[in-house]
Amino acid sequence: MKILLVDDSRTIRNIQKNILSTLGHTDIVESADGVEAIVKLKETSPDLILLDWNMPNMDGITFLKTIRKDGVTTPVIMCTTEAEKSRVIQAVQAGANNYVVKPFSTETMAEKIEQTLSRVATA
Amino acid sequence: MDVRFINPFVKSIQNLFKMMLDMNVTYGKPFVPNSDNQSRPHVSAIIGFSGDASGAVVLAMGKEVAVRIASKFSGIEMDLDHVDFADAVGEIANMIAGGAKSEFVGLDVNISLPSVIIGEHHEVTNSKAHPGVCIPCSTSVGDFHVHVSMKVNKAAMAGATS
Repeated sequence: MKILLVDDSRTIRNIQKNILSTLGHTDIVESADGVEAIVKLKETSPDLILLDWNMPNMDGITFLKTIRKDGVTTPVIMCTTEAEKSRVIQAVQAGANNYVVKPFSTETMAEKIEQTLSRVATA
Repeated sequence: MDVRFINPFVKSIQNLFKMMLDMNVTYGKPFVPNSDNQSRPHVSAIIGFSGDASGAVVLAMGKEVAVRIASKFSGIEMDLDHVDFADAVGEIANMIAGGAKSEFVGLDVNISLPSVIIGEHHEVTNSKAHPGVCIPCSTSVGDFHVHVSMKVNKAAMAGATS
């Protein structure tokens, strides 16, 4: 399974990679913003996307709306400091499949990933 | 500054340090910084706020404590010259700001991307438009300060009371 990490912080991407590695996921692609992520998405066809909200060049919500408009159905987990209910609703309406608020525990991140993948598998 | 903004930051700092660094934070009494009591940090990470409330939060640390906290947060040993040191410190400030803003009830607020300043004994000051308070924080790896300067904008206040 290939997973695309989209976050402008390399530190966060490294933390996510460590968590994914403990879950047995090592096929990882990385992008630092939405523009780069659109290119990586086309090049690599990931099975899951972890997506930050606030990023330079193109933010996560714009990226999400863009790919859903283009018919991309890859499951997306928003992983962001934007914790307000209104933001969660906005992300779900834009096409997010799940939502993780930063800061996150390893357990929470693992649970959301497994939850999202199992939902997709049974859909 | 509206003191109701202090608790959201205190709560957010505690939550972040507990969850991602496995550390408790204890707090000193918040004070209004001036030329006599001003801290002189080596590393500062800044996040700006805009929207119904505006201002900034500055995570201000000495060199040693900044290196220890960034290393613990990222899970790798860092020094000031590490390629990801500023990124790690900026992300910590980002999480503090994001966590606090989620507690600003009834206010629609946006946060900026982080900026990080590294330089010996620099000074953190607030503009007159955004007077602030300094929250002293203590952890097992050292002490640091969080400067908070927030103001509810008039348009938002008018909206809230109409």
